[in-house]
Amino acid sequence: MSDQTPALREPWDALAKQREAATFGIWVFLASELLFFGAIFLVYAYLRALHSTAFEQASSHTSVFYGTLNTAVLLTSSMTMVLAARAADIKVKAAVVVCLSLTAACGLIFLVVKGFEYKQDIDDGLLPGDHFALAAAAAKMFFSFYWGITVVHAVHLSIGIVAVLRLALDVYRDRLPLRSPQYEVTALYWHLVDIIWIILYPLLYLGGRSS
Amino acid sequence: MSDIAIGGVGRRNYLNDSHSIRSWLLTTDHKRIAILYAISITIFFLIGGAAISLVRLELLTPNGMFLSDDSYNKLFTIHGVIMVWFFLIPSIPNTLGNFLLPLMIGASDVAFPRLNLLSWYLNITGGLFTVAALVGGGVDAGWTFYTPFSTEFSHGAIALAAIGVFISGFSSIATGVNFIATIHMLRMPGVTWFRLPLFVWSLYATSMMFVLATPVLAVTLLLLVIERLFHLPLFDPDYGGDPLLFQHLFWFYSHPAVYIMVLPSMGVITEVITCFARRRVFGYAFMVYALVSIAGIGFFVWGHHMFVSGQSPLASLIFSFLSFVVAVPSAIKVFNWTATLYRGQISFEAPMIYALGFVGLFTVGGLTGLFLASIPVDIHVHDTYFVVAHFHYIMVGGAVSAFFAGLHFWWPKITGRLYSESWARFAAILMFFGFNFTFFPQFVMGYAGMPRRYHVYPPEFQVYHVMSTIGATVLAAAYLLPPVYLGWSLWRGRRAGDNPWGASGLEWQTNSPPPPKNFVRRPEAPDQPYDYHPAGQAPRADERSPRRAANAAADR
Repeated sequence: MSDQTPALREPWDALAKQREAATFGIWVFLASELLFFGAIFLVYAYLRALHSTAFEQASSHTSVFYGTLNTAVLLTSSMTMVLAARAADIKVKAAVVVCLSLTAACGLIFLVVKGFEYKQDIDDGLLPGDHFALAAAAAKMFFSFYWGITVVHAVHLSIGIVAVLRLALDVYRDRLPLRSPQYEVTALYWHLVDIIWIILYPLLYLGGRSS
Repeated sequence: MSDIAIGGVGRRNYLNDSHSIRSWLLTTDHKRIAILYAISITIFFLIGGAAISLVRLELLTPNGMFLSDDSYNKLFTIHGVIMVWFFLIPSIPNTLGNFLLPLMIGASDVAFPRLNLLSWYLNITGGLFTVAALVGGGVDAGWTFYTPFSTEFSHGAIALAAIGVFISGFSSIATGVNFIATIHMLRMPGVTWFRLPLFVWSLYATSMMFVLATPVLAVTLLLLVIERLFHLPLFDPDYGGDPLLFQHLFWFYSHPAVYIMVLPSMGVITEVITCFARRRVFGYAFMVYALVSIAGIGFFVWGHHMFVSGQSPLASLIFSFLSFVVAVPSAIKVFNWTATLYRGQISFEAPMIYALGFVGLFTVGGLTGLFLASIPVDIHVHDTYFVVAHFHYIMVGGAVSAFFAGLHFWWPKITGRLYSESWARFAAILMFFGFNFTFFPQFVMGYAGMPRRYHVYPPEFQVYHVMSTIGATVLAAAYLLPPVYLGWSLWRGRRAGDNPWGASGLEWQTNSPPPPKNFVRRPEAPDQPYDYHPAGQAPRADERSPRRAANAAADR
């Protein structure tokens, strides 16, 4: 069988089928992730419907500069991720390594920028607690949501960064053949984390800024 | 464990393939992972059982005997948390399901063997967190963790327990993804969707619920932990939050979770009843549609847990209607099991006794579920022992009976040994009586007004509590018997042969215990499942008594 490469794992007898299963599996997992974030968005929608004014005012205190910058960084990372998966498809190893490294770098930049943003938020008194800066009670809830969801997103992103870095290292050391399903699987996960941010960006940063 | 004790002489199988602890703890063989799960859920079952034994003892007298109010709360909470998330939910899918799914579809393993192992580690990590919560102060919020009590007022180790359940949720999701991919991608040629054993279909429907419901529980508990640990208000009414939102999210998972527990049971029961009635299953296609529609409708009935919460009457009406609707496919299953028995050549081996017990107890649990689905009755019996009895009929009378049915049915396949049939029948009958003795009085006292979760109670309920406690003692004895005679069979049991029950199904075509890659020769896929007799005629009298076949197989 021509498919007998190190990429082939138990219990599969053909790489094409293993690939299909890996892609299918990650899609099922992404469906699960959508329910995960979907429940969080439901909480947001419900609370915002209850307290629309307070939520709009609160969200105008977030740092739209950092938020927009990070959106751009993540979108760029998605592009490099697509290029990496495509490069694996057409078997250009160097391009795979470069694109994966760029993707991980963008992810790290996102986390660093987010760190600066958190610092500024704390200085501005936007961490709910004794020194909270905003008066409205529901504003506190908006920022609970803000801190909760951005940290959950950052955890997802960190998992993605580790996965991408590991992939890049494995390709670089020739330990992973370019036909492995792992590129597509990692790319799909990365895009999900990206898409979640695309939804979070307007929810957290653009409210109350329209007029 | 050694190959002298367990397994066929000289034949290589998954048990004698290698012996080190490491080869077990790092195995990717679905059969060994099933055994790991079996060991861990047994330990959790003992913890949960010990907790409720103390509760039942305490309830012997109206004013309590030896527990403080606080320890009483902690004991019933730990019973619920451990039994739901660390015993019932993984019980059938992750032990019997893990072991049998690849065998039943002619595959050598599940789609993602390493993910399978990861799911076990996630499960026991979650379990250890929860046990740590039990040791480090206890949890007193009940297994439902309702806010604002759980976030603001409780002094227990709630966050630790919630994190434990959160982690175990990812174990469920991993199993769900794995099973769905396995069933889609690894069926051997000839095993088409409508030739799958119904146990496989039930695992498929269960996996759908694992994947789509569990993440919502994860988020709900995460938000709870955020609010409790970091004081970030999310459900707190002081800041305009809504505790009812927590209940909606919680039950969006926890009602489907009931079906996660009972759907695999239905699959097991179908395998057992067809085998011991020597009968094709009645209405195969309808059994499939029923499983899938229970899983589908099950997502839209959660509001029936909240009839008295103050949700809108319209919402209550819709949830009530949908709860009645979900009874239709459940009833189809019961009728079809009964119709399968009709003109069957029935014999009463231990698995069959458990299975018939299941049908009766599940029916009682389901019918009382209809009482609770109608709003006026629910308002009367809400938060009483009536509800406790109802869901124990489903989860213990149903799911646990089915677990024992499946365990006894596939024990010869898993271990290669036969257990003592008479002890097994005795335990099955004892379990049935012990169960009813424990929980039927709870229907009566609940209807008469005995509220659940109360430590002291009016003396007129004492007679029911005493009955219930005596029943629980019988039940406990019935649970302790199988480990003894099953354990004995590992060393002293007769060799089972490959197919002691004369059952259909691909898993019976391989050795007992199966070799590491499941099949030495590729099995033959039958034209249809449950091919016990020619189509259009009832089985003949000389086709009965699989036990006779068992003896013959053992003598060979």
